[in-house]
Amino acid sequence: MPVSNPSKPQCFQELILTLQDYWARQGCLILQPYDMEMGAGTFHTATTLRALGPKPWNAAYVQPSRRPSDGRYGENPNRMQHYYQFQVIMKPSPADFQELYLGSLAAIGIDSSLHDIRFVEDDWESPTLGAWGLGWEVWCDGMEVSQFTYFQQVGGIEVEIVAGEITYGLERLAMYLFDKKTVYDLPYNSPQSNVPMTYGDVFLQNEQEQSAYNFEHADTEMLFRHFADAEKECGRMIEKKLPLPAYEQCIKASHAFNLLDARSVISVTERQSYILRVRTLAKACCEAWLATQTKKEAA
Amino acid sequence: MAELLLELLSEEIPARMQARASDDLKRLVCDGLKAAGLSFGEARAFATPRRLALVVDGIPAARADVSEEKRGPRVGAPDQAVQGFLKGAGLASLDQAEKRDTGKGEFWFAVINKKGGPTADALPGIVDAAMKALPWPKSMKWGSGTMQWVRPLQGIVALFDGKVLAGEVSPGGQMAPVVFGNTTRGHRFLSSGAIMVTGFADYVAKLRAAHVVLDPAERKKIIAERSEKLCADAGVLLKGDEGLLDEVAGLVEWPVPLMGTIDAQYMDLPAEVLIVTIKTHLRYFVTTKKDGTLANKFVVVANNVARDGGATIVDGNERVLRPRLADAKFFWDQDRKQTLESRLPALKGIVFHAKLGTQAERVDRIVRLAGEIARLVPGADAAQVEQAARLCKADLVSGVVREFPEVQGIMGRYYALNEKLPAAVADAIGDHYAPAGPNDRCPSAPVSIAVALADKLEALISFWSIGEKPTGSRDPFALRRAALGIIRIIVENKLRLPLGTFFKAPDLMAFFAERLKVQMREKGVRHDAVDAVLAVGTKEGGNEDDLVRLLAKVEAVQAFLATEAGKNLLTAYGRAANIVRAEEKKDKGLAAKISGAPDAALLEQAEEKAVASALGAAEQAVRPALAREDFAGAMSAFAGLREPLDAFFDKVTVNVQDRPELRLNRLKLLNQIRATMDQVADFSKIEG
Repeated sequence: MPVSNPSKPQCFQELILTLQDYWARQGCLILQPYDMEMGAGTFHTATTLRALGPKPWNAAYVQPSRRPSDGRYGENPNRMQHYYQFQVIMKPSPADFQELYLGSLAAIGIDSSLHDIRFVEDDWESPTLGAWGLGWEVWCDGMEVSQFTYFQQVGGIEVEIVAGEITYGLERLAMYLFDKKTVYDLPYNSPQSNVPMTYGDVFLQNEQEQSAYNFEHADTEMLFRHFADAEKECGRMIEKKLPLPAYEQCIKASHAFNLLDARSVISVTERQSYILRVRTLAKACCEAWLATQTKKEAA
Repeated sequence: MAELLLELLSEEIPARMQARASDDLKRLVCDGLKAAGLSFGEARAFATPRRLALVVDGIPAARADVSEEKRGPRVGAPDQAVQGFLKGAGLASLDQAEKRDTGKGEFWFAVINKKGGPTADALPGIVDAAMKALPWPKSMKWGSGTMQWVRPLQGIVALFDGKVLAGEVSPGGQMAPVVFGNTTRGHRFLSSGAIMVTGFADYVAKLRAAHVVLDPAERKKIIAERSEKLCADAGVLLKGDEGLLDEVAGLVEWPVPLMGTIDAQYMDLPAEVLIVTIKTHLRYFVTTKKDGTLANKFVVVANNVARDGGATIVDGNERVLRPRLADAKFFWDQDRKQTLESRLPALKGIVFHAKLGTQAERVDRIVRLAGEIARLVPGADAAQVEQAARLCKADLVSGVVREFPEVQGIMGRYYALNEKLPAAVADAIGDHYAPAGPNDRCPSAPVSIAVALADKLEALISFWSIGEKPTGSRDPFALRRAALGIIRIIVENKLRLPLGTFFKAPDLMAFFAERLKVQMREKGVRHDAVDAVLAVGTKEGGNEDDLVRLLAKVEAVQAFLATEAGKNLLTAYGRAANIVRAEEKKDKGLAAKISGAPDAALLEQAEEKAVASALGAAEQAVRPALAREDFAGAMSAFAGLREPLDAFFDKVTVNVQDRPELRLNRLKLLNQIRATMDQVADFSKIEG
């Protein structure tokens, strides 16, 4: 077992605080989660939209990620329909981005003189965002602890300046750091605090209820309607040259699709066409956003 | 003579791309040296996860002046041609060119004097061009740059004769150039700071001191040897795996094999499930006991010398493996509570292909085909074939296969054995995807043969019916592999199976013929011999579609053609065929007039009589030989034709001008030779 290091995080919330503190010291803005349901931290405007255009951008934030079909009613040790990602984006990607990342591992208590840290090829692609990049999954003793990507294309548009993106799956990382077999046993706050809470105390009921909603009760007619409405509203806002409100509608459509997918009401062939429809929205939003990011403004 | 050392340091290069990239770098730099008129000795390239390196020795320190002449267009040629010539020769205007009369007119000539000079002046351009031309399977840009490389490029060592070459590579944008230098970096965690190098030997030694083994072959050797040592100490055997060894050697600069343990509770999982979890998903080596069964030890190759001797790393890897095996065990236990039969309805919910319906519909088609095939496979029990075909896809909806698709079929076999189905049925389910490639095991049990053939034939027929045929490099449904599988199963089991009865599309048989040629070529079979046999109809009518008979004919033809008699007869056959063909061209109605046997009364010369009688004898011998499929016998019957034919061509004039009846009869004789020999193969398709 790793030798105890007094400054390393001892619970889930300290892990988040440590990462925020570390990346703030590297010059990143510390943002808050986007206040809408999204499948991954990448969907946050701070990544998707800010990855486009000529302006530099360095940010880090936690993003709750919703994947309705990954719900397991709280019965699987690490699969959940709601979990947290810690996202770092630096644009242009700095020359020492890998070293900065390794510094963050040291900060959370992963000692490179004890562990085996490896960058293993893993290219990233998001069909719904029309985005792809090259990079690695980072292994610590065989465990995937982060995803590391250099964005090449977003919203179907080749990026002008490359953003480097790091995504930490916080629960999985915490299970590794705190040696827990299930996510629900993770200490959420310090076990020495007045009211010690586990991750399960905070989220187990949510996983149970939301899984039931996602798989059994979500009103599919309503969701189809929501999808169509959001799609329409997105198009309307694109016409008004308001990319940010338009993009929120794109995110709404994407989440409605994910719920419909969890309810198994979308066939394999239809599935592809829904993904394509969301991608079309994302592409339009990205183009509209890019039009607002002229060089003159950056200067 | 001096040495060129080049190192391109970058962020981690994917393991699967390293070998190809180092070869390409060597090729491109060597091509550049040749193009610049520089000779060199040996060139060696290496790759690690973070660097490509190249050393070329025996390069002269300087180049002599070279004068080169270039002929241009004719004097007075259009301006476009003149401009092209000037540009190609690097001249500003025609004033710098000279006119010369070549005897075929006046032409412009450029005399290009290439200044020699220090080799060091030419090398940076060669390095730069090689880097620009290096074909990564996937490349990217980074920062604000525009340059494409596999991952961000961090440094370049470029030394010639121990001195740094003057040069740099600019990533573009606002980014600082990567300047050629003499410093590199060692292992990411076991070394710090820059390392200065003076030449290849120094470079290799200093990298080793900085915990980098440059040569992938040496890393593989270290991994293999130390892993085997660990295994020997633990009383187990390493399960060798060349592909995995290559990949792992590309993931580490300083390999440190460590041994981990698999919890005993998971050791009763099927071996294939353990292997797929351990090897494919985690890149660990598995180990076996003396009896060949899996042992509870695995070898993980770390890229670090940990200060606790690797205890933390082993513990971490075991912790990663445990939940994965726990998942597999959970599914394995759950799966065995249900019969394969009871899973069949769920196949209706899985779309196989939008235009081809569900897996359940596909299974119906496989069952029907397997039934037809079973009648042609000696010893195949019809009821068992039907059962195996019906259940062969049921494991697709089991928990283990959903989690580990690689073990489809294999799991079906385990489930079948678990519910005590006949062993032949279980094996057929397990075998039905085989052979998956040229080196994969080929099914040989009768029930397995029927189901494996049906599975592949169904795929070919169905995808053909919706126009999804492989084109060029595109073969998304692996139909070429399916066809090769069918060929192997039929040929290796010597099945007498008329393929043509299973499909109507004529181009599907042509597709098979192509695949057959590809496969046979690898075995040293002549493709023209295959063509010659394929061109001949069978006694049942239609093209040869019985692969076993086809190959027997091909073998006989090829063996015959390898003999002296065969070669000479082929020449004689060619002469006979050429004469007939030439005459047919002149006279459109000739073909009808010269079919059938020649008239014995019109045979005048001894030589033509001899041919006719040899032909009669050959005909007598060939028919029964063909009837009993003794193709070698049929070919040797032809051997007797050779001498009379040679004499015939020496002495007999075919196109006698004044006696048309004689000419016609001689053409008949020659045509008969062609007809007789073509019963086995169309020898006109044989290439000299």
